[in-house]
Amino acid sequence: MTEEVESLIRKDYAAGFHSAIESETLPPGLNEDVIRFISAKKEEPEWLLEWRLKAFRAWQEMEEPTWAHVHYPEIDFQAVSYYSAPKSMDSKPKSLDEVDPELLATYEKLGIPLHEQEMLAGVAVDAVFDSVSVVTTFREKLYEAGVIFCPISEAVHKYPELVQKYLGSVVPQKDNYYAALNSAVFSDGSFVYIPKGVRCPMELSTYFRINEMNTGQFERTLIVADEGSHVSYLEGCTAPMRDENQLHAAVVELVALDDAQIKYSTVQNWYPGDANGKGGIYNFVTKRGIAHTNAKISWTQVETGSAVTWKYPSCVLKGDNSVGEFYSVALTNNFQQADTGTKMIHLGKNTRSTIVAKGISAGRSDSAYRGLVRINPGADGARNYTQCDSLLIGDRCGAHTFPYIESKNPSAVVEHEATTSKVSDDQMFLCQQRGLDAEKAVSMIVNGFCREVFKELPMEFAVEAGKLLEVSLEGSVG
Amino acid sequence: MMLNIKDLYAKVEEKDILKGLSIEVKPGEVHAIMGPNGSGKSTMGNVLSGRPGYEATAGSVTFKGQDLLEMETEERAREGLFLAFQYPVEIPGVSNMEFLKAAVDAKRKHQGLEEMSSVDFLKLARETCKRVNLDASFLKRGVNEGFSGGEKKRNEIMQMMLLEPELCILDETDSGLDIDALQVVADGVNAMRDGKRSFLVVTHYQRLLDYIVPDYVHVLAGGRIVKSGDKSLALELEAKGYGWLESEVV
Repeated sequence: MTEEVESLIRKDYAAGFHSAIESETLPPGLNEDVIRFISAKKEEPEWLLEWRLKAFRAWQEMEEPTWAHVHYPEIDFQAVSYYSAPKSMDSKPKSLDEVDPELLATYEKLGIPLHEQEMLAGVAVDAVFDSVSVVTTFREKLYEAGVIFCPISEAVHKYPELVQKYLGSVVPQKDNYYAALNSAVFSDGSFVYIPKGVRCPMELSTYFRINEMNTGQFERTLIVADEGSHVSYLEGCTAPMRDENQLHAAVVELVALDDAQIKYSTVQNWYPGDANGKGGIYNFVTKRGIAHTNAKISWTQVETGSAVTWKYPSCVLKGDNSVGEFYSVALTNNFQQADTGTKMIHLGKNTRSTIVAKGISAGRSDSAYRGLVRINPGADGARNYTQCDSLLIGDRCGAHTFPYIESKNPSAVVEHEATTSKVSDDQMFLCQQRGLDAEKAVSMIVNGFCREVFKELPMEFAVEAGKLLEVSLEGSVG
Repeated sequence: MMLNIKDLYAKVEEKDILKGLSIEVKPGEVHAIMGPNGSGKSTMGNVLSGRPGYEATAGSVTFKGQDLLEMETEERAREGLFLAFQYPVEIPGVSNMEFLKAAVDAKRKHQGLEEMSSVDFLKLARETCKRVNLDASFLKRGVNEGFSGGEKKRNEIMQMMLLEPELCILDETDSGLDIDALQVVADGVNAMRDGKRSFLVVTHYQRLLDYIVPDYVHVLAGGRIVKSGDKSLALELEAKGYGWLESEVV
């Protein structure tokens, strides 16, 4: 039975194609000149170059973290190229008609048409290809509502005061090794600003694509929700199949001012490597949000890709009555490794946080939940509820839970529940006796396991997530 | 012939359980299989439905003329073989509705039919719930999740009604049921007796057979049928127990 389940989890990676697009790619290597080059390429103001260099100098003094429950050969940061952009983007196309059709075809193939009339109604997309943003749709419509949604490289020029005020305000340059690296070399990403009292009229999403070989992707996303505003944002990611490992080190910063709400959803499907563990993306990501008074930040993530994932979307609950949520599904298969979870830092009074983490391990993969709940002395009446469930498919995979709870306020209530279960032979037999094939049975059981998290995703993407899970599990039974 | 079991031997975890079982079931017939604990009653249902770990080692089984033992588990189901479980398992988070629709659609696909529309299916499922006295809210709940013993069994009968199988195997469906639930289950089964559909009713007690009246009663002991008769045999067993038969076997 176990073998049957496991052979179901083997399947082609549908987004694994490479697009033949002529790119300007910096030779591998990292030094101050490279940073100056990136900054010059983007015609950045002096303060930003200095900001980058400060980060770089800090990074050189830092050491790569080794505490995560993941194992991979040492990364040669000098063998990575830190900038790559399609040549056709040099001419700075003003509209979709001017964008290289091959680029548009790439997104089309990934199921993300960038022509507005073909898109999902109500979803605006920023498409980032290697180091640059290719196109951002529905900008005018958003602009009418006062919403700013554009590449961060553009925001630096158009909205310098906003960028300068908030960039690094949540994740400082020296926060950690990868955040420092990202601060030094970040190329592009999305910038969002929702003005006071505005409810963003559509879903915003960014689609990240790595195409070039030996290239790292270092995007930086900054979302600022002004007082009383609401926004829902989704990111997706894919990369071609390659035998070499590729590096992805992103930073996402969220600022939810008083009474604002930010919902941030991720469907992460970076190339996970092949069935023997060759290739795949190293996904080292820092995501954090600050919630001011009465504000709410909600992270939802569905992580099915990457060879190694190191990621802890976190909430700093600074204001009184602020709310943090983390809903996660992390699926690992074959030789994938994931160490993921969250940090909930309770500073304000009556702050509340909820963590629901679902880990699914198949093949020979290893998945760990690592979460910190910290209640500071001033956080009277703080509450946390954590639920961690692991589901094992087969008997060669692993699931681990590392919860850290630090409560410095006696009035706080912190709850933690954890379960580990297996897809049981009895469940499989019930499904098959009712006529379902093994593959359908596993995907149904796994989807049921993830239900609490999927219901937090924007509706259009909940279906996608279910399908993605099905694909990622294919070959795990048979 | 609906089902023809000929001299069937089967083992579970290297232990021989069935040792020369033979039964013939014609369309429309109801056969009750009785016997002491450990005689192989549940094993029979599991071998016939293709549960992994239950291995037929000799003999043959034909189902509607096809070699049943050659068929995959799900193929047997789609061809119309249904097993009502003694202990239905829970599948947390998967709604009963989603599960039932997937099962019905799998069978329809096998028959070359279109999938049912969600609207039509919901209507059908609600009506079926009513027939087994389950509130329609059960459709939204996880498969067997938090159901009482009686609710689980009624859920099994509901699945049987929705899938309209040709051969139904009821594995001690009466165990743990109170008299009202037993009546509901029996009514469900009786309503499905249409002269074509066949039933193998596996039970430990004669009680169920007051409600579902069988055409034949077989006593399974030591992995094979040791005595067959009509419904009066069940009453005789009730009065005398199984001991006298087992001594006959030896």
